[in-house]
Amino acid sequence: MNKHTLSVLVENKPGVLARVAGLFSRRGFNIDSLAVGETERPEISRITIVVNAEDSPLEQVTKQLNKLVNVLKIVELEPTNSVQRELLLVKVRADRTQRSQILETVQMFRAKVVDVAPDALTIEATGTAEKIEALLRDLEPYGIKEMVQSGLVAIGRGSRSITAPVLRAA
Amino acid sequence: MTKPAIKPEKTDKPDSSGPTKQPSPLTVAAGARPQPAAKAVTKVVETVTGAQALVRSLEALGVEVMFGIPGGAILPAYDPIFDSRVRHILVRHEQGAGHAATGYAQATGKVGVCVATSGPGATNLVTPIADAYMDSVPIVAITGQVSRSAIGTDAFQEADIRGITLPITKHNYLVQRAEDVPRVLAEAFHLASTGRPGPVLVDIPKDVLQARTEFSWPPTIELPGYRPTLQPHGKQIREAAKLIASARRPVLYVGGGVIKAGASDALRRLAELTGAPVVTTLMARGAFPDSHPQHLGMPGMHGTVGAVYALQKADLLVALGARFDDRVTGRLDTFAPNATVIHADIDPAEIGKNRVADVPIVGDARYVIEELITAVAAEHKAGHRADLTDWWRTLDDIRGRYPLGWEDPPDGTLAPQYVIKRLGEIAGPDAIYVAGVGQHQMWASQFISYEKPGTWLNSGGLGTMGYAVPAAMGAKVGRPDAVVWAIDGDGCFQMTNQELATCALEGIPIKVAIINNGNLGMVRQWQTLFYNERYSNTDLGTHKHRIPDFVKLAEALGCTGLRCENAADVDRTIEMAMKINDGPVVVDFVVGKDAMVWPMVPAGTSNDEIMFARGVRPVFDEDDV
Repeated sequence: MNKHTLSVLVENKPGVLARVAGLFSRRGFNIDSLAVGETERPEISRITIVVNAEDSPLEQVTKQLNKLVNVLKIVELEPTNSVQRELLLVKVRADRTQRSQILETVQMFRAKVVDVAPDALTIEATGTAEKIEALLRDLEPYGIKEMVQSGLVAIGRGSRSITAPVLRAA
Repeated sequence: MTKPAIKPEKTDKPDSSGPTKQPSPLTVAAGARPQPAAKAVTKVVETVTGAQALVRSLEALGVEVMFGIPGGAILPAYDPIFDSRVRHILVRHEQGAGHAATGYAQATGKVGVCVATSGPGATNLVTPIADAYMDSVPIVAITGQVSRSAIGTDAFQEADIRGITLPITKHNYLVQRAEDVPRVLAEAFHLASTGRPGPVLVDIPKDVLQARTEFSWPPTIELPGYRPTLQPHGKQIREAAKLIASARRPVLYVGGGVIKAGASDALRRLAELTGAPVVTTLMARGAFPDSHPQHLGMPGMHGTVGAVYALQKADLLVALGARFDDRVTGRLDTFAPNATVIHADIDPAEIGKNRVADVPIVGDARYVIEELITAVAAEHKAGHRADLTDWWRTLDDIRGRYPLGWEDPPDGTLAPQYVIKRLGEIAGPDAIYVAGVGQHQMWASQFISYEKPGTWLNSGGLGTMGYAVPAAMGAKVGRPDAVVWAIDGDGCFQMTNQELATCALEGIPIKVAIINNGNLGMVRQWQTLFYNERYSNTDLGTHKHRIPDFVKLAEALGCTGLRCENAADVDRTIEMAMKINDGPVVVDFVVGKDAMVWPMVPAGTSNDEIMFARGVRPVFDEDDV
C-alpha cells in the first residue's frame, strides 16, 4: 500500500464532494485526509485527497472519478515534486513550570502559540505530516487535551499551474 | 453570478468529426439535443411556470412519449402534460415506467423518459435506473420533490432520491431554480445519450415547478467536465491492426457497445476482412447475424462451447464495446490465458478494469471499427496476413461436435427450448424479443436466431426479474410496426404483469410467452446442481395449484389468454397469437420443470470447466492449438 495525494479540480456545486467521497467508499478505500477549498476561480473548487491504496485499484478509482460530470481534472502530486502541508491546532496542558520547556519545543518546530490559559497553551503548527507527527511526539508528555488537524493541502513545485489549463478551457 | 462560459462545441460532436456522416443511434438521439446557442436562432422569451418550462423542454428535445404516474409533488407538471403533444402513458407501477423507458430506448436508440412523484414514486424507479445504469441505456427519469423549504424535514413523501441514485446514475440533478429547468433538461438528455449512455435523474421540487420563470430555447449547456472521447488514437489503431493481421487464433469479442454505437455493419465488414471468428455477448446478441458462418455464438456461463473454447484458446482477443464481465470470463485468472488483449471501449474506466489490456483503445465502437478496417486492410496490402485455416479447422470441429441443443424431457412434458425455438422461427428475425431474467432468458438468447441489432432486449448486467413485460411495452411504443414478443418466466411475469392493463388500455399490442415451469427455474437448476436437489422456496405453485391461472389473469387484464401444454400445439398457438394484433396476447406455455440451461460454466470456476450437459465435459483435443 502506498500513500497517494490526489488534487481533484471540481465544479463548485452542491453535492460534488458527496459524489467524490462516495466513489472512494464504494471501493472500500479509506480516505486518510481530505481538504476542500475554492481556487483562484470561485466556480472551481480543489479537493486534495490522501489515500492509501495499491496502484491498480487507485487507477480504477481515478478513472471513475474522471467520469464524474462535475470533475474537471485530477492530478497526482508526488511528494518529491510538490509542497505538502497540514495545519495542526493542539491544546497542551501547561502549568507555569512546564511553560518554558513547551515554548522551546514550539520554537524548534517554528510553530506558534495562539492562545494562552493559566493551565494550557494552544499551539498552531503547519508542515508536512512527518513534522506534525514529530511535534506531537514532543508535546505528548505534557498532556494533550485536545487537537484538530486539517486535511493535507498540496501544490506542485515550479511555475506550472494545474488549474490554468482547466480555467482556459472553461 | 459568474459561471464559466462553456462553449458547447467543447463537448463531443460525433456528427461533425466522424469518419462518416451516417448518424449513429447516439447522434439520432442527440438530434433532439439543443443547438449551440451561438447558432442564429431567434430566441422567444415567454413567462411560464417551472412545470411549463419542463414540458416545453421535453417537446423541444423531441420527446415523443413518456411513461409515468402522477402524485402530489409532480402534480404541477401533469397540468401542462395534459395539453402537450408529448404522449404520456399512465403505467400501473413506477418500475413499469422505468423499464418501459429502457425498452423504448433499447428498441429505438432514442432517450427513454419516465416520470414519477416524490418519495415512493421515486424510490420505485430505483430498480429500473440501476438496471439502465448496468446496461448503459439512455433514459431520463424526472421526479417530483417536496418543496425546497420542506427538503430535509422528513416531509410527507420525501426521499432524497438524488442521494439514493448517486451510484446508479450517470449523473443526477436536484433543480433549485425554475430558470434552470431548460438547461438541466438539455444537459440530462445530452449526458444520457452521448459517450457511454446511461440514466440521468432530474429531481424537481414542487415549488420550483410552480414558480414563474422565463422560458427560452435553446439553453446553453454547461458541462465543462464532460468530454467523452469518440475518436480512437491513431497509434493504438495501427498497433491493433498489426496484431490482428498477424494473430493466428484471433477472436472478435463483441459487446453491447457495438449495438449502441450503431456499428453492426462496420463490424460485419471487419469480421469478413479479417476472417476472424466472432462471439457476441448477452448484450450484443443481434450485433452480428447468428446465421453468419463466422459467428460462434454467445460466450460465457451459458455460452456455446465453440465461443467459450475460442476465447480460452485465442492468441488475440479484440474486445469491442465489451467489459469482461464475470459472467463472460468465469474465473478471471484462467480466462483466455494465452491471449493478447486489444480492448476498445468508449469508457476509459472499463479498460484494464478486469483484464489488463495490451492495446487500450478509447473511442466510439463505430469509429474504432471503421478505423481498424482501414488499418487492417493496409496491413493486408503490405502482405501481412496470418493463415487462419488451422484455427477454423479446430473451431469447426468443436462447434460441430458441441452444438446447442436439448433433450426432450423424459416425463413427456413440453420442452421450453422447443417453444422458444419455434417462437423465433415463426415470428422471424424482424420481431423484437424481450426477455426477463433466468432460464427462459438464456434459452431465448441461445435458441432464437438474431440477425439484426435492436431485436434482442434483456436485463443483462443487473439481472432484473420483471423486466420483460414493461420493457416490451416500451419497445412496442417505440417500434409500433414491429412484432414484439416478451419471453418471460412465470416468476418474472408475476413481478410486473400489471403493465398488461396499461398495454390493453393504451393500445399497445405486445405478445407475451410465459415459459411456465412452475418454479424459479434458474434458482432451481442451481439447487439441483449445487444444493443436493433441496428445492428451498423455488416452487411457485403455478403448476401444482395453477395459482394464478395465467389465462384468466390475462383476460382480467384486458388481454387475450391462450394456453399450450404439448409440443403438437406449439406452432398453432404461436400462429394464433401472431394473428391477434388489436390487443395484447398472453400465452401460458406449460413446460417441464426439470429442463436445464446447458452448456454451463459453474459460477466461480474456469471457463475450461465448461459442462456441455449434466456430467458431460467436452473433450478438447489439446494438440489442435
